[in-house]
Amino acid sequence: MDIIEIIKVSKDSLMSNRVRSFLTMLGVIIGVAAVILLVSIGEGARTYIHRELGNLGTNILIVVPGKTSAKGGFHPPEASTIRKLIYDDALLIKRRSKHVDDAVPVMLGSAMVKYLNQSRDNSIVGSTETYFSIRNLKVDSGRFITGSEVDAKRKVCVLGRTVKKDLFGDKNALGALVSIGDSKYRVVGVMEKKGVTLGIDFDDIVFIPTTAAQELFDTDRLFNITIKVKSANELHEATEEIKQILIKRHAGKEDFTVMSQDEMLGVMNKILNIMTAVLAGIAAISLVVGGIGIMNIMLVSVRERTREIGIRKALGAKNSDILLQFLVESMTLSLIGGTGGILFAGAVSFVIPYFIEFLPTQLELWSIVLAFLFSAAVGIFFGVYPARKASLYDPITALRYE
Amino acid sequence: MISLKDIKKSYILPKVTVEVLKGIDLEVAEKELVAIMGPSGSGKSTLLHIIGCLDRPTSGTYILHELDVSLKTDNELAEIRNREIGFVFQSFNLLPRFPAWKNVELPLLYSGVLAKERKQRAMEMLLKVGLSHRAEHYPNELSGGEQQRAAIARALINEPAIILADEPTGNLDSRSGREIIDIFKGLNKEGVTIVLVTHERDIAEQAARIITIRDGVCQSGCY
Ligand SMILES: Nc1ncnc2c1ncn2[C@@H]1O[C@H](COP(=O)(O)OP(=O)(O)OP(=O)(O)O)[C@@H](O)[C@H]1O
Ligand SMILES: [Mg+2]
Repeated sequence: MDIIEIIKVSKDSLMSNRVRSFLTMLGVIIGVAAVILLVSIGEGARTYIHRELGNLGTNILIVVPGKTSAKGGFHPPEASTIRKLIYDDALLIKRRSKHVDDAVPVMLGSAMVKYLNQSRDNSIVGSTETYFSIRNLKVDSGRFITGSEVDAKRKVCVLGRTVKKDLFGDKNALGALVSIGDSKYRVVGVMEKKGVTLGIDFDDIVFIPTTAAQELFDTDRLFNITIKVKSANELHEATEEIKQILIKRHAGKEDFTVMSQDEMLGVMNKILNIMTAVLAGIAAISLVVGGIGIMNIMLVSVRERTREIGIRKALGAKNSDILLQFLVESMTLSLIGGTGGILFAGAVSFVIPYFIEFLPTQLELWSIVLAFLFSAAVGIFFGVYPARKASLYDPITALRYE
Repeated sequence: MISLKDIKKSYILPKVTVEVLKGIDLEVAEKELVAIMGPSGSGKSTLLHIIGCLDRPTSGTYILHELDVSLKTDNELAEIRNREIGFVFQSFNLLPRFPAWKNVELPLLYSGVLAKERKQRAMEMLLKVGLSHRAEHYPNELSGGEQQRAAIARALINEPAIILADEPTGNLDSRSGREIIDIFKGLNKEGVTIVLVTHERDIAEQAARIITIRDGVCQSGCY
C-alpha cells in the first residue's frame, strides 16, 4: 500500500486531534529531552573537571599527612594523631627522587591582612619559588617569590587579584608594605585573574614563602607537599619512590598518603559515569512512560475509529494495511516527539551555560541518536498492541460499532 | 456466478446460540439484478455479508466465480472485496474526515494504484454518478442522496463484477431513492450483477427477480 498515503492519513488523524496529539507527544518530548540533557550535563561536568584539573597543572602528586586506605579523594589532615609532614621531608624528596622535578612544601592558614585602613581575613598559602609554575599560576605584575627569598625567610608576598583590589583599589601595590598577622610584608607581585577552580578561589589568596609562613603560623606542620613529576608515565614510579623515601624517614611507617591528581580524576570520572548512567536511566523511564501515553491514546484512537476500520476492511484493506496504518501513526507521534525533544534539549543545553556559569553542557551526538532511536522503538513497541488490535477487528462487528 | 448451498450462520452468544441462516440455497447468474426482501431480523444483511465475503458462514458452501470461498484466506477475501465486489450500505459509511473524492478512491488505495491515477479515476466515477461538482465536499456537507451516490461511486471504482447493496434507499426520500435505483439499473445494463436488499416493494419490483427470506430460510425466488 501507498506509504505516502498512509503518512498523510496519519497526519490528518493526528491533526484532527491536535491537543491530544500534542499532549501525547509531550511525554516523549520530555523523556527524550531529559535523556539528552542529563547526558549532556554529565559530559559537561566531566569536561569541566578535566579542564579545571588541567588548569591546576599536570603530572602532580600531592603528599598529605595521614594514611587512608582508599585511593584518591580528599583527606582532611587530622592534626593530633598523625605524624606531621615538615619542610625537610619536601627537601629530601626533591633531592632523592629521580622522577621528581620539584617538591614544594605548602602551608595553609589564615591571617589578618592589612594595608592602611583596609583589612581582611585572608587565606595565606606558604610555598616556594616553583609553586606558581607547577600550579599554572601567573603574575599580572611584578614577580613570584624567589628561591633566595624562601631560603632567607624574607617577608615578601604575592597578592591574589581580589585581595589586591580590596586593599589597594586601582592603586599600584608593588613595593607596598602590607601587614600579615603581626609583621610587615613587601608586595612583590600581583596575580593574574584565575577565578574559582574546583571550589578554590585563587584570586582570594596571599602567597608568602613557606619559611615565612612557618614563622607566621608558628608551626612546621605542612598542609601538603606538592610534587611535580617529570612526565606522565613516571607518575607510578615517582609515587613508589616518594613512599620509600618518606617511610624510611618516618621510622618505617607509612603515615602519609600520596595522591595523584590523575587518580582523583579517575575516581571522579567513575562517579560521573555512574551518575550519568543512573540519571539517563531515570530519564529513559520517563520516555517509557511517554510510550505508555502513546499506547493509551492509540487505544482510544483505535476504539474511536472502529467504524473506519470496518469500512476500510469492507473496501479491501488487509489486516496488514490496518496494522501499518496505526503503527505509522504511533511512530509519527513518537518520532515527532523525539525530534521535539532533541530540539528542546538542544535549546536548553545552549542556554544553561548562560545561567549556570560553571556548567558547560556538551551535546553528545551519541545521546541524541540513542534518544531518537529509543523514541522510535518506543513508538513501535507501544504502537504494536493497539495497531494489532485494530487490524484484528472483525469487519462486520466494526461496521456495526456506533 | 454466485452459488450458495445450504448456507448456515449462527451466532454463539453467552447463553444461547442464535441460528440466523438455517440453510440457504441461492443462485445468482451473471448480469442479473435481484432484490432480496423479508421481514426485519430475517437474516438479509447477514446473507449479504456472506455473499460479500465480509463474513464467513458457519457451514455450507459458497462458490463465487467457480471458486470455493471457504478455502480462501482472510487476505484473499480482502482482495475479493477489493476487486470483485462493491458494497453499498444503508448508512453510506463514508469516512467523515475525507472529502468525497478521497472516499471514492479508497478501494484503489488497497489495490496499489498510484495517487495521480486514483484521483483521476475517482473524479471519473463522481462524474458518472453526477456528483463531480461535489468532489471536494465532506460527507457532512452532502445530502443523503449525494452521500449515497458518492458511496456508489466508491463501490464502482474498481470496476467490480458484483454490487451488493443493503437497503441503499432506506435512509433516503423516495425521489433520491428512485435516482439511486436508476443508477443501479443503468449499471446492470452495462453488465454489473446487482443484489439489492430492500424493504420497499416498488423498488424490489424494479428487479428482474425477488428473493424472499423468512426466518433464515429462503421462501421464494432463490433460483
Ligand atoms: N453479531 C451478532 N450477534 C448475535 N446476533 C446477531 C449478530 N448479528 C446479527 N444477529 C442477529 O441475526 C438476526 C438477523 O440479523 P440481520 O441483520 O441479518 O437481519 P436483517 O434481515 O438484515 O434485518 P433488517 O431488515 O432489520 O436489517 C437478527 O435477529 C440479529 O439479532
Ligand atoms: Mg439488515
